[in-house]
Amino acid sequence: MSSHYEAPIRKPLIIGDKNYHDVTVDVAKPVEGRANKQWWIAFTIALAAFLWGVGCVAYTVGTGIGTWGSNKTVGWAWDITNFVWWVGIGHAGTLISAVLLLFRQKWRMAINRSAEAMTIFSVIQAAMFPVFHMGRPWLAYWVMPIPNQFGSLWVNFNSPLLWDVFAISTYLSVSLVFWWTGLLPDFAMLRDRAITPFTKRVYSILSFGWTGRAKDWQRFEEVSLVLAGLATPLVLSVHTIVSFDFATSVIPGWHTTILPPYFVAGAIFSGFAMVNTLLIIMRKLSNLEAYITIQHIELMNIIIMITGSIVGVAYITELFIAWYSGVEYEQYAFLNRATGPYWWAYLLMMTCNVVSPQVMWSKKIRTSIMASFIISLVVNIGMWFERFVIIVTSLHRDYLPSSWTMFQPTFVDAGFFIGTIGFFFVLFLLYSRSFPVIAQAEVKSIMKTSSETYKKQRENNSHSENH
Amino acid sequence: MASNKKYWQSVEELKEDSSIVETLRNNEFVEEIPTNEFLGDKEALSSSSTSRRDFLKYVGFSTAAVSLAACEGPVIKSIPYVVQPEEIVPGVADYYATTIADGFDFANILVKTREGRPIKVENNNLPGSKIKPNARVYASVLSLYDSMRLKEPMVSGKPASWEAVDAQVKRGLANAASSGGQVVLLTNTMASPSTDKLIAEFGAQYPNFKHVVYDAVSASDALDAFEMVYGERALADYDFSKADVIVSVGADILGDWQGGGSDSGYAEGRIPKNGKMSKHIQMEANMSLSGANADVRVPMTVTEQKHALVALYNAVTGDSVSVPAVTNKAAVAKAAKELKAAGSKAVLVSGLDDVNAQLLVLAINNALQSKAFNPVNARLVRKGDAKAVAQLVNDMKSGSIDTLVMSGVNPVYTLPNSADFVEGLKKVKLSVSFSMKEDETASLTTVAAAAPHYLESWGDVSMAKGYYSITQPTIRPLFKTRQLQDSLLTWSGNSQSYYDYLKDSYATEGGDKSWNQIVHDGVAVTEGMFEAVANDTDFSGAASKLAKAKAVAGKLELVLYTKTGMGDGQQANNPWLQEFPDPLTRASWDNYLTISKADADALGLENYNVANGGLNGSTVTMDVNGKKVENVPVIIQPGQAKGTVGLSLGYGRKAAMKEEMKVGVNAYAVYNNFNSVQSVSLAKAEGDHEFACVQLHNTLMGRGDIIKETTLNEFNNKDAAEWNIIPVVSLDHKEVPASSVDLWETFDRTTGHHFNLSIDLNACTGCGACVIACHAENNVPVVGKSEVRRSRDMHWLRIDRYYSSDDTFAGDVETKENISGLMDSIDTFDAMEDPAENPQVAFQPVFCQHCNHAPCETVCPVAATSHGRQGQNQMAYNRCVGTRYCANNCPYKVRRFNWFLYNKNDEFDYHMNDDLGRMVLNPDVNVRSRGVMEKCSLCIQMTQATILNAKREGRPVNKDEFYTACTEACGSGAMVFGDVNNEEDTVVQLKEDDRMYHLLEHVGTKPNVFYQVKVRNTEK
Repeated sequence: MSSHYEAPIRKPLIIGDKNYHDVTVDVAKPVEGRANKQWWIAFTIALAAFLWGVGCVAYTVGTGIGTWGSNKTVGWAWDITNFVWWVGIGHAGTLISAVLLLFRQKWRMAINRSAEAMTIFSVIQAAMFPVFHMGRPWLAYWVMPIPNQFGSLWVNFNSPLLWDVFAISTYLSVSLVFWWTGLLPDFAMLRDRAITPFTKRVYSILSFGWTGRAKDWQRFEEVSLVLAGLATPLVLSVHTIVSFDFATSVIPGWHTTILPPYFVAGAIFSGFAMVNTLLIIMRKLSNLEAYITIQHIELMNIIIMITGSIVGVAYITELFIAWYSGVEYEQYAFLNRATGPYWWAYLLMMTCNVVSPQVMWSKKIRTSIMASFIISLVVNIGMWFERFVIIVTSLHRDYLPSSWTMFQPTFVDAGFFIGTIGFFFVLFLLYSRSFPVIAQAEVKSIMKTSSETYKKQRENNSHSENH
Repeated sequence: MASNKKYWQSVEELKEDSSIVETLRNNEFVEEIPTNEFLGDKEALSSSSTSRRDFLKYVGFSTAAVSLAACEGPVIKSIPYVVQPEEIVPGVADYYATTIADGFDFANILVKTREGRPIKVENNNLPGSKIKPNARVYASVLSLYDSMRLKEPMVSGKPASWEAVDAQVKRGLANAASSGGQVVLLTNTMASPSTDKLIAEFGAQYPNFKHVVYDAVSASDALDAFEMVYGERALADYDFSKADVIVSVGADILGDWQGGGSDSGYAEGRIPKNGKMSKHIQMEANMSLSGANADVRVPMTVTEQKHALVALYNAVTGDSVSVPAVTNKAAVAKAAKELKAAGSKAVLVSGLDDVNAQLLVLAINNALQSKAFNPVNARLVRKGDAKAVAQLVNDMKSGSIDTLVMSGVNPVYTLPNSADFVEGLKKVKLSVSFSMKEDETASLTTVAAAAPHYLESWGDVSMAKGYYSITQPTIRPLFKTRQLQDSLLTWSGNSQSYYDYLKDSYATEGGDKSWNQIVHDGVAVTEGMFEAVANDTDFSGAASKLAKAKAVAGKLELVLYTKTGMGDGQQANNPWLQEFPDPLTRASWDNYLTISKADADALGLENYNVANGGLNGSTVTMDVNGKKVENVPVIIQPGQAKGTVGLSLGYGRKAAMKEEMKVGVNAYAVYNNFNSVQSVSLAKAEGDHEFACVQLHNTLMGRGDIIKETTLNEFNNKDAAEWNIIPVVSLDHKEVPASSVDLWETFDRTTGHHFNLSIDLNACTGCGACVIACHAENNVPVVGKSEVRRSRDMHWLRIDRYYSSDDTFAGDVETKENISGLMDSIDTFDAMEDPAENPQVAFQPVFCQHCNHAPCETVCPVAATSHGRQGQNQMAYNRCVGTRYCANNCPYKVRRFNWFLYNKNDEFDYHMNDDLGRMVLNPDVNVRSRGVMEKCSLCIQMTQATILNAKREGRPVNKDEFYTACTEACGSGAMVFGDVNNEEDTVVQLKEDDRMYHLLEHVGTKPNVFYQVKVRNTEK
């Protein structure tokens, strides 16, 4: 699927003196080796956070949503903020694996496995919020169109919240299938290298009996392409539908047609930032610097910068349209967003999302590991605040001033959020120790074109031909 | 199919005639059972303590116990009627006409009972009803089910029987009679002709008997003035519907002024009819409901009010008493001009606690020959004599009182010199207090006589001359209580029951209704020859005395008032009333010092909102003549006259109260000489107070389309389109009304019933009666102070109160429209968040608007909220999963979420947490569980009942037969409910009215609730 020749001027995507076997060994190493101390520390912290979150959720379910800071005016706050934030983060995976695949971007191969893992794990986190933000989460299955004995009760297909259910579950299942398909040859590789019967057994189950025949590979390529075609619209649809929760409402600040593209751009923006955050750490801890190179980081930084700018334009457009609309409620909603009691959240959002990625224009900064890492964190903080700003500052002062109030989170709000971060890292850390974190089969397919080893060889060959 | 299989048990069976097989066939057990080992040992058997019978008993018992335990279900104590009472049909409500007369609140009411328990108070609309119920009266039904009630009489703090009480009291009275000791009966104003007679008879038995009437909140000065002029201790009655010009000098005519109940007449005159409506000028210190509704409100200190009153007196009567110049001279002169111009169509009232001021009121109204002023049918709802009470306390202290019987009063709490009273009480030989609670007083008296609630009592009330009403029990006494009248009869040796006595007494009242009829109607007009002849009174002298009033230099004037929700504090343990937000400050669960912004700034006092929005305020220490009240929270009240502060009575009660209700400070402590005006100095105290306000933003931000208003002039002379602007949108480059553009196809709504509700912003005074009625009808939970503070109040119906930021709301709109540029808009909107010094005020009841295109309905994922065939937006609680999306998407923010479980939960220890309190619940409306959304249903249970009733009677529903709890409770006629598909219903005309508008019409929600533009009579 990749062309066989790549201009020497293009930087190699696999650096160092790596041959095919080295790739196998490098990718299998974290799985086959023993966990180091850092991993255990990270895992312990993540698990503690996760358990704390479980406690907070249990408290919420046992006592009531009143344990949160929401009120009669601000019915959604951290819950849906976190939901949208996690769904947004879940965007990069599919974008990298599907869209970049269709665009034949070879650099995706080093990062798509982890990006997709991140997608699935963060969608799992996201899915928890709509469930537990319900007053009666034990009835959450009522939002599914399940044949029932309640009489002629059916779900309300007009409700964007119902569309969310479909959008997210579709996204999760397609992503999972796509991810797993890519994993098959890699699991098979681990299976073949396994030295204990148990691991062999496990990986042979996981690899669904991959044999590596030419027919296998052909089907693999075909399925990948079909799934990429299916997943691409999902990249756009999921966050579009999430944005419909707001866009189809009548609340000033929510009711804007710009929300779908704005949300999608923001989602890609935050997703890539999260990929950066995770991979910058992982390449170091799992010794994968040869595969996840500065060039990968730089390319992701460029996407962050571009999407950040799109988001910035969206923010400004929103303000402009509010003014241009001539609707006083609309105008006030946006004025209040920027200058009202939550001005600090707006400022944080603007600084983190619009200003901070702009430093990426400097090559020095976008190729700096440290700067990239910091900016990726800043962007995700900013994106969290974007959702907070949209949700809370629109609700807290809407039409009738008599209902205006403020929102203050409780420890339970914070605990649930921290819990999902913990859960996410628990999953990701377990993944990093048991899954091939780089799609080694695919990486191998670009060895000839894009690895330093082969580029050097080719250069040497051409030199010898010329002379 | 029978089985032919043979089962082999052992190999032995193969052998024929095996002995083992034979043995097995004959013996059930292969080995012999060692019964002998067990039963043979006679010694062991006889020494065992467990006999066979015992063993069987144990086995039997434990089997029975285990099976019983397994079968246990929830025990619901419901007992079917053995003999069903004729009038009770399960599921059908009965109504009884009765009358509340608790000494502070008087009203003619209907009581709705279900299966024998009163659950709601409603209006009695029959002719002869004098005073309509207010919020407290609507809430009084809950006080019946107060778990802190005194359940049996107590003697010296110990439960006792009534026989023991009678024995002790009779002994004490006999001693008093023989020794000539003074017997004093201290009661509230009962306005009961039969009781007056009874007391006279009772008193006649003692050589030294006195009946002292004590009103906790005194109207003594007005009574004195009326007595001086008309020779009778009563109050003039006012009918504001007959007045074109109303000038009020410090009288909260829409509040509790002189017994309350003036608001319905007032509201009648406020609805513009034939181009006319009344003009209301209010001069006052505290911002009251009346001031908030007035066309012109002039903030004045009490001293200034007195001077203004003299000036008005001069102007109207032509007298020329010299009076110091008042600061608001122009306003006073204008008021005088209006009064004179309107002549007999004008009326002047005053709430000043000054006999001279009250004399001038009578003088002015007489001079005007005011038609609204009625001294003939004088009000009898206040009788208290401040001097007599003061004398009584002195007598008690000097030890000259032998026996003191109290009823309906709580002087230990309400007297400013309560310490003196307590001291005196110790010297009284026998003290009896009839009280529903073991309150501050009853806990100190020899006998705490458990009194019944008025819904358990008989009685008669004459609220005004010519008006007679009956109080009848609507439930058997819940506890071992006995009312004062029965007790007095017993103690005077009269074997008659009070019921019989009352019946006999009614016969002499001269009403032309039969006894059964009067008990049925509850009210009667007794035509009598009443007259009021004004004596010659030295009004000039009174005026010149009044003109000498001077403010104490360097001190603030403290104006004590009663809050709409709490009144004199009798019902302080009523959670509905505690959670009832004050119409003006919108604060619940508190009383507080209201202060002007200027004075607050000078004293360094502030109000601010914390991160969750909750309002915090500084606290002060008040010093009134050396008497200090600590930690009084302060609320900055727009419109408060500079130099004055306000504090409401009725709070700070501690005895027989649930912990959560022990809120506020006791202002009676500084109610010196029963004067509502005191000189006070304030010192800022440490620490801030946390308020529980249901509304945190006070101004309308120039959003003139929320409360549309206009002036009478514009209303009369301009086209409706100019002052009731219909929002338009552009459709195909043409401007069309916003609500005409639709994404959906509309249903045919012309068949069947289609409910609409009209709210007239001119008639609505903001009194909040509807709020409590809604609570009672719909089992709305009480959530407590901390939850209200977190903006989680559950009120289905709220009355928004807005202050203008400019001097007028029109000015706000203009300011907003003149904004140019970004920076200007930031600054202007910022400034608009603060109310003006003396703002215009507007009230707007808001509840579910029942939109025909409801934003909530489209967003619910499970369709728990859907549209009804009759126009209601319905909420299926059982289907709700609690996403709160509907609440977010509601432009009116009327949806309320059950954040916690509010019933049977110790965290919310209000009426829904005890069996007694839950008796008030309306069985027609379910109690919501936690996690579900709730909101106004347009009282669908009431409309359905109306429909079913009509159906059963085989007739169409009558004109205006439909009611909701709020429209039923609205005494001012501001809320009208009806079926728009029934052409005869009043609501149909109201919908076609020029003043009709929908709230936030441009959103396109097409509500079934609509408002009538507020018209202010501000010009001329």
